[in-house]
Amino acid sequence: MKHLAIAAGILAATSAVAADKPQLTVYTYDSFVSDWGPGPKVEEAFEAECDCDLNLVGVEDGAALLSRLRLEGKNTDADIVLGLDTNLITAAKETGLFAPHSVTADYTLPVDWTDTVFVPYDWGYFAFVHNADLPAPANFRALADSDTKIIIQDPRSSTPGLGLLLWVKAAYGEDAPAIWADLADNIVTVTKGWSEAYGLFLEGEADMVLSYTTSPAYHVIAEEDASKAAAAFDEGHYMQVEVAAKLANSEQSELADQFLTFMVSDKFQQIIPTTNWMYPAVTPSSGLPEGFDTLVTPQKSLLFDQETAASVRDQALSEWLGALSQ
Amino acid sequence: MAGRAQPVTPWPGIGAASLVAALILGTLATVALRAETGGGFNPADWAALRFTLVQATLSALFSAALAVPVARALARRRFPGRRALIALLGAPFILPIIVAILGLLQVFGRAGWISDLLGTVGLPPIQIYGLHGVVLAHVFFNLPLATRLILQGWQEIPAERFRLAAQLGCGGMAMFRLIELPMLRRILPGVLAVVFAICLTSFAVALTLGGGPRATTIELAIYQAFTYDFNLGRAALLSAVQLALTTFAALAALKFSRGDGFGAGLNRAIRRWDGGTPVLDTLWILAATAFLLLPLASVVISGVLGVFEMPILVFQAALTSILVAVASTAILLLLALPMATAIATGRTGIVELSGILGLAASPLVIGTGLFVLIRPLANPTDLALPVTALVNAVMALPFALRILVPAARDTVDRHGRLALSLNMNNHTFFTRILLPRLRPQIGFAAGLTAALSMGDLGVIALFADARIATLPLQIYRLMGAYQMQAAAGGALLLLILSMGAFWILDRGGRWHAEA
Amino acid sequence: MLKLDDCTIANGDFLLRADFQIMSGASVAIIGPSGAGKSTLLETIAGFRDLSNGQISWNGQTLTPLSPGERPLAMLFQDGNLFPHLDAAQNVALGLRPNGRLSDADRQQVEAALCRVGLPEMGARKPAELSGGQQSRVALARILVQKRDILLLDEPFAALGPALKAEMLDLVADLVAETRTTLLMVSHDPRDAHRITGQTVLVADQIAHPPAATAQLFENPPPALRDYLG
Repeated sequence: MKHLAIAAGILAATSAVAADKPQLTVYTYDSFVSDWGPGPKVEEAFEAECDCDLNLVGVEDGAALLSRLRLEGKNTDADIVLGLDTNLITAAKETGLFAPHSVTADYTLPVDWTDTVFVPYDWGYFAFVHNADLPAPANFRALADSDTKIIIQDPRSSTPGLGLLLWVKAAYGEDAPAIWADLADNIVTVTKGWSEAYGLFLEGEADMVLSYTTSPAYHVIAEEDASKAAAAFDEGHYMQVEVAAKLANSEQSELADQFLTFMVSDKFQQIIPTTNWMYPAVTPSSGLPEGFDTLVTPQKSLLFDQETAASVRDQALSEWLGALSQ
Repeated sequence: MAGRAQPVTPWPGIGAASLVAALILGTLATVALRAETGGGFNPADWAALRFTLVQATLSALFSAALAVPVARALARRRFPGRRALIALLGAPFILPIIVAILGLLQVFGRAGWISDLLGTVGLPPIQIYGLHGVVLAHVFFNLPLATRLILQGWQEIPAERFRLAAQLGCGGMAMFRLIELPMLRRILPGVLAVVFAICLTSFAVALTLGGGPRATTIELAIYQAFTYDFNLGRAALLSAVQLALTTFAALAALKFSRGDGFGAGLNRAIRRWDGGTPVLDTLWILAATAFLLLPLASVVISGVLGVFEMPILVFQAALTSILVAVASTAILLLLALPMATAIATGRTGIVELSGILGLAASPLVIGTGLFVLIRPLANPTDLALPVTALVNAVMALPFALRILVPAARDTVDRHGRLALSLNMNNHTFFTRILLPRLRPQIGFAAGLTAALSMGDLGVIALFADARIATLPLQIYRLMGAYQMQAAAGGALLLLILSMGAFWILDRGGRWHAEA
Repeated sequence: MLKLDDCTIANGDFLLRADFQIMSGASVAIIGPSGAGKSTLLETIAGFRDLSNGQISWNGQTLTPLSPGERPLAMLFQDGNLFPHLDAAQNVALGLRPNGRLSDADRQQVEAALCRVGLPEMGARKPAELSGGQQSRVALARILVQKRDILLLDEPFAALGPALKAEMLDLVADLVAETRTTLLMVSHDPRDAHRITGQTVLVADQIAHPPAATAQLFENPPPALRDYLG
């Protein structure tokens, strides 16, 4: 028993937090806090100017992040939640946990941003990534007519999966069920999350995988490998805008405001492209890193507004389930 | 056996079982109580329930049916490297799910090795996605476990029985009916129940290999209820359904697996008479080895390339994982040994039941329930590792009990009266007789738990922050950051650590162990 | 004096009555057809089974509420009399200290007991390294150090050859005489009864009859015994 107690003590002992500095707790998704994500650099940059301790807490993904917040309710330790996207904003606002922001910025988003509670920090387009030598289809109909095999993620457990659902819905409206029915024989399989899907694609299980237009940038910049490309679809690409907001009950309200302002500044924004592999919400003065210029730029950006996204979600899901469960 | 004096008290075991039941049911109740809306069953849930039952039943049947000839072959054949092979066959069971999926599809997928081979002779690739793919994957995970449990049944048959049967002129079939079939009748229901329960909570494997939303399981519906709908009532209800199904399977197994043991043999090594046909046995062993080791080989091959790209953090995470595995194994033994003892003295029902519940408990529900319970008292993040160790131990408990109980029962039956007549107290019987007699089984159970705990993501993802990571979590993080190759290296490291932990503990249990 | 006072042993449909007494220091054989309840009677005296009626007492002290180990008796079973993972000395020592913590005096006593049964220098051997006869001797050595008033034998030597069995029975006879122990032994062989016991309890037709002098019993057997002897 004694040994067990010692072991438990060792396990429980986490790095001690400097108690004298004010602490700002930011809930975000796990890949943000991972050592390959923006987290460590963001923490360093913000702590250099805030004289505070930035505490990043990672939760599995954006949807799980919102669930965690709902579970904790008003007692949450979070001062900031970073990593929800437009599809989750309506549900997030319904919790009544968030406070309006006072951030103004010169966003370089393809859409106007006027939300008073949530501040965008990066964005991207969903896209099918393929090997550059594959003649990629130009839209969903061409994809459905081709023998091209794709791997997608389940909208019930994955953010890109939900993005694809809304993409097809935004592009085809009432015809979405028919598109899904036609796509059924192109879909090799549906995975729980992005990692499984991307891993299987790299193993060669499919010709294309649902990811982002920015994915090839990783291969170009980090691996000097130009063999991956994203297929440009002429019906437009659905966007993901990732946002953050301040909790109304935060005891560090001023510090939280300071963080949100920092978040749209150059120091934060220039970290994003090569760690989160997304477009920064405000293009930093140094511009985008080399390699981003090689990415496809969709001719048309698709994005449901928050309310529409929340209201079509369940309908689109049942259409998707109906078409693919045959 | 009620009313008969027992050499050792069941109460610590009943206490441990109550703790486990309280953990599983308490966390479920906690989640249910936090629900703002009630949870009802919608048509999609019924479909999920149906699919879950079908795939779990098929997976259990195929795993058990294939494990019988493999275990029989392994029981009868002696060849160099047999022990190592048996240990290695257990590896699929301990791989993180995502690694196992990638390994499996590297072999059986559209672009896998087998499809490539078929392609060279002009045949189309194999179609792996569908119900058969789900079953194949679950057999891949569970065949080793089923084989080990059945093999243990074979090894517990005293060799004298085979000698007697040989003397009676029994041929292969007659020997099977006379000796092996009764053993299988005793062992198989438990094996079926365990595999069934494991497959009930399958999610990522079933979805990926199933090829789409047709392969929606209850566990996926629970995940959806938590994150997509945030409907805690539905999550709790679905989790309760999982527990009820497992309870039902466990009770059925207990009912059908009653039967007498084979009595004591003299434990002398004698020549085996259950010869059978060496060719067939060899074929079974080769087939099982190929089926289980090819995907592992692919994990190793991808991993070797990635080993040099692994950041130092992976090694730190590996240390954390080792610590969690050690703690988990200690907790497991504290729970499982008293529980096995209680079952051996005849307290089967309640203790066995809470032992198997760990299999069916949704990790998401346990994790969320614990999170809600801990939060008012402490920062859950500070307790991430102890909680992970605890949950991993509870998840491994059903396996440990299946391993420990037969030997514990045998020891109590065989030596109980003598101990009683010597006025040996409970504690002395436990430490001087039961523990030494169970050493090989304790080693096996501890090895399995350490390996499982090392590879399981468990609930760490719900609790951890950036500073704490176990190896499986770090592998997921690497994958999430596009670093598939480094992740493959991490998976190889994990495989080596898990197998190493298993080998050391299993081996330690057998070291100088008396017959 | 071992007294079975109006005892009823019930086990499902099985029923056995016993109402008799055995004098201290006596050697008594228990004989009867297979399935009549010889072992059951012994197990009940030893405390492994509960009485449904009656009392068992030893020298006026009732044994009924005592657990097997608390009763002033030692028992050897048909098999499993040694723990296979402990060596001979450790097995013998269990009769002194079940927890295994031995003093020097204890150790000497164990060694002396092993010598007495003819196994000097064998203390370090595990049961598997001993012959059947040697295993029986180790068990008897343990009985010696246990120093209980009553010894119950449930055919522990059944697996031994006739000569070896006779040798063991003679050793038992010597030991109980030396230690003035009361002996009850189950047997299915009248020769065993003749060999070392003065009295015999016949168990048949749901009754354990009071002990009778062995010689007279076999000369003039009652019907139940006659059927058994054939």
